[in-house]
Amino acid sequence: MVDVAIQPNRATRTGTRRRTSLRNALKRKSTAAFLMTLPLIILVAVLVIYPAFYSLHLAMLNKSMQRYVGLSNFTFLFTRETFWLVVKQSCIFAITAVIFKALIGFIVAHFVHNIPAKGQRKWRGMLLVPWVIPPAMSTLGWLWLFDPSYSAFNYTLSFFGIGPIPWTGDANWARFSVILVNVWYGMPFFMIMYLASLKSVPDQLYEAAAIDGANWWQRIWYVTLPMMRNIIAITTLFSLIVTFANFDIVRILTAGGPIDKTHIFATWAFKLGIESSDIPLGASVSLFMVPILAVAAIFILRDVNKRGNES
Amino acid sequence: MADVTLRKVVKRYDDVEAVRGIDLDIPDHEFVVLVGPSGCGKSTTLRMIAGLEDISDGDIMIGGDIVNDVPPKDRDIAMVFQNYALYPHMTVAENMSFGLRLKHYPKAEIKQRVTEAARMLDITELIDRKPKQLSGGQRQRVAMGRAIVRNPKVFLFDEPLSNLDAKLRVQMRIEIKKVHQKVRTTTVYVTHDQVEAMTLADRVVVMNHGRIEQVGPPSELYHRPATRFVASFIGSPAMNFVPCRIEDIGGTLHVRVSDTLAFPLPASRAARYNSVSRDTKLLLGLRPEHVADARSNSGPGFETFEATPDVIEPMGMETFVYFPLAGGQICGRVNPAVDARAGAPLRLAVDLNHMHLLNEETGTVI
Repeated sequence: MVDVAIQPNRATRTGTRRRTSLRNALKRKSTAAFLMTLPLIILVAVLVIYPAFYSLHLAMLNKSMQRYVGLSNFTFLFTRETFWLVVKQSCIFAITAVIFKALIGFIVAHFVHNIPAKGQRKWRGMLLVPWVIPPAMSTLGWLWLFDPSYSAFNYTLSFFGIGPIPWTGDANWARFSVILVNVWYGMPFFMIMYLASLKSVPDQLYEAAAIDGANWWQRIWYVTLPMMRNIIAITTLFSLIVTFANFDIVRILTAGGPIDKTHIFATWAFKLGIESSDIPLGASVSLFMVPILAVAAIFILRDVNKRGNES
Repeated sequence: MADVTLRKVVKRYDDVEAVRGIDLDIPDHEFVVLVGPSGCGKSTTLRMIAGLEDISDGDIMIGGDIVNDVPPKDRDIAMVFQNYALYPHMTVAENMSFGLRLKHYPKAEIKQRVTEAARMLDITELIDRKPKQLSGGQRQRVAMGRAIVRNPKVFLFDEPLSNLDAKLRVQMRIEIKKVHQKVRTTTVYVTHDQVEAMTLADRVVVMNHGRIEQVGPPSELYHRPATRFVASFIGSPAMNFVPCRIEDIGGTLHVRVSDTLAFPLPASRAARYNSVSRDTKLLLGLRPEHVADARSNSGPGFETFEATPDVIEPMGMETFVYFPLAGGQICGRVNPAVDARAGAPLRLAVDLNHMHLLNEETGTVI
C-alpha cells in the first residue's frame, strides 16, 4: 500500500523536475542563442558540411563512380606534372594577388582617409565599383581590353611604340593578366576594410607620435600598422581563401590556357571533373585546397586573439 | 628649457576666429595654466604651441626662435594628452622610450632615463605592462613619464586630469606639481577647472572667446580680478553680483543695492569710487566668504543686514547659505556653529573692505 501510495507521487515530482529544468534551460541565454542560430547551423550543415563530406566520398571513387578506390585518386594526382604546376600557379596567383590587393588597398585607403569628409563618400563609392560589379561581367570587359587583335591596351601602347603584347596568349603575360584583374576586382574590399580600420585609430596617437619625433613613414610603421594588425590579418586570410578558390576570372579570361599555364585549383578541378567527366578526380583536386588554407589560417590567426586583448 | 612667447597669435577656421590675437610671455621654468570655459581657445593655443595646428597669423617663439613653420618633432616639446594617447601595442617602457628610440639615443642612456623617470613617478613595477593593464592614474603617470624622459624645452599638458575621478585628480595634481618642482621645465597647462589652475600655476591665463581676459598669479586673479568674467570664473562658489548704484547719503558715499538697503563705503573704498558717476549702472561683487554671519564678523568696513536663506549647504568646516537679494541669488559663507536654517531670518555681515565694483555695461572692475 505504501509503495502504491508513493509511486504516483514520485512520478509527479520527476515530471515537475523535468519541466522545471526544461524551463530553466530555455531561460538560459546560451540556449536561446543556440535556438536562434539553429536555422543557420542547419543551413550551413546542408550547404557546406554535407557537400564537403560528399566530395570526400566522391574523391574516393573511380572515374565511373562505381567502385571505391581509396586514396588512389590522390596518389595518381601526385604523379602528374600538371598537378604540381597547378599547385605552384595557385600559390603564385593567390599570394601575389593578395599582396598587391593589400598593398594597393592600404595606399588607396590612406589617400581616401585624407580626403576631407565632404568629398570622401564620392570617392569611396567610385572606388567600390569594381567590387560590386559581378566578376563574370567585368572580366568579360577585361577580356575585350586584352583581345589580341583589337585590344584597347595594345592600341594605346602602340602610340608609345610598345607591343603588341599577347596579354592572354603568352604564359607569363596571361598569369600577369589574371592577377591584374583579380587585384582590380578585390582591391576595393581591402580598401574599405582598411579605411574602416584607419578611422578607428585615434588621431591623438598620431599627434603623440608627431611630437615624439616620428616622420610620416615612422607614423605608419609604428602607429598605423600595429593598430591595424588584426584587420590586416583577418582581411588577408579571408582574401587568401577567396582568391585561392577563385574560378570565374581565370575561367573567362584564359580558361586555364595557354597549355594549362594559368590553371588554378578551381578551374583545373572544373576541367577534370566537368569537362573531362572525371568527377572523382575533380573532387580530389578541389580537396587539396583545404590543407593549404588550413595551414595559412593557423599561421595568420595565431596571434589575433592575443593582439585583440591589447587594444 | 626655454621661454615661450606668443605674439598676436590668431587662429581662424574658415570664418570663425578661435583665437583672436593673443600676446603672452612665458619665462623659462614657469608653470603657466591656460584656463577658461569650453570653446575659449585655450586648447587651440596649446596645440599651436605644439605645432599640431597651423597659425593663421602672428608668431610663436620657443627659446627665442620663431617656430611658426617648424614641425612638432623639431620643436623639442613634450605633450601629455587628455586621453593619455599611449601606444596600446607597446609596453610602458616602450611607450616612454619611443621618442628617444626614434632619435637613435644609445640604449644604455634610454634605459637610464626611463628607469629614472619611472622611479620619479613610482611606476617602476609597471614598466613591462601594456597600457590596457593599467588604471587611469597609472596611464596618466606613464604619459607624464613619456614627456619627462625626453627632457624637452617645454612641457604641454592638455587637460590631463579630466578623465580621472575627483580623488585621483587631487593626487595627480600634487604629482604634477612635484614633478615640476624637480625638473623645472617650462610648462603650459590647459584646463577648464579653476581649482587646478589656482593650485598648480605660477601664473594663470584666463581666456574667453579667443582672447586673454587676465594674466597673473592665482592670488592676484582671485583678489584683484580685472573683469566680471575673471571674477566669476575664479573662485568656488562663484562671486556674487548684485546690481547697485553709488549714492551720497548725509555726506557719506553709499552703495545702494535695493530701495531699503544701502551700505556706507569704508574710507579707502569711498576714495576709490568717489569719481564714479552716480548714474552708472554698477554691480557689487562680493565673494561668499565676504558675506558672513554677523556674530563673528565685525569691525570697520563690515555692514550687517538681515536675510532669510532659502537653501543651506552644510559642508562641515563651513556652511553656505543662499538667500534672495535685489532680484538675484546670493551665496554667503557662515560659521557652521551658527544655527542657519532655511526660512529662518539670519543676521549677516558684508565685508566691504574686499568688495568689488564693476561697470555693468563694460564688465570691467572699477
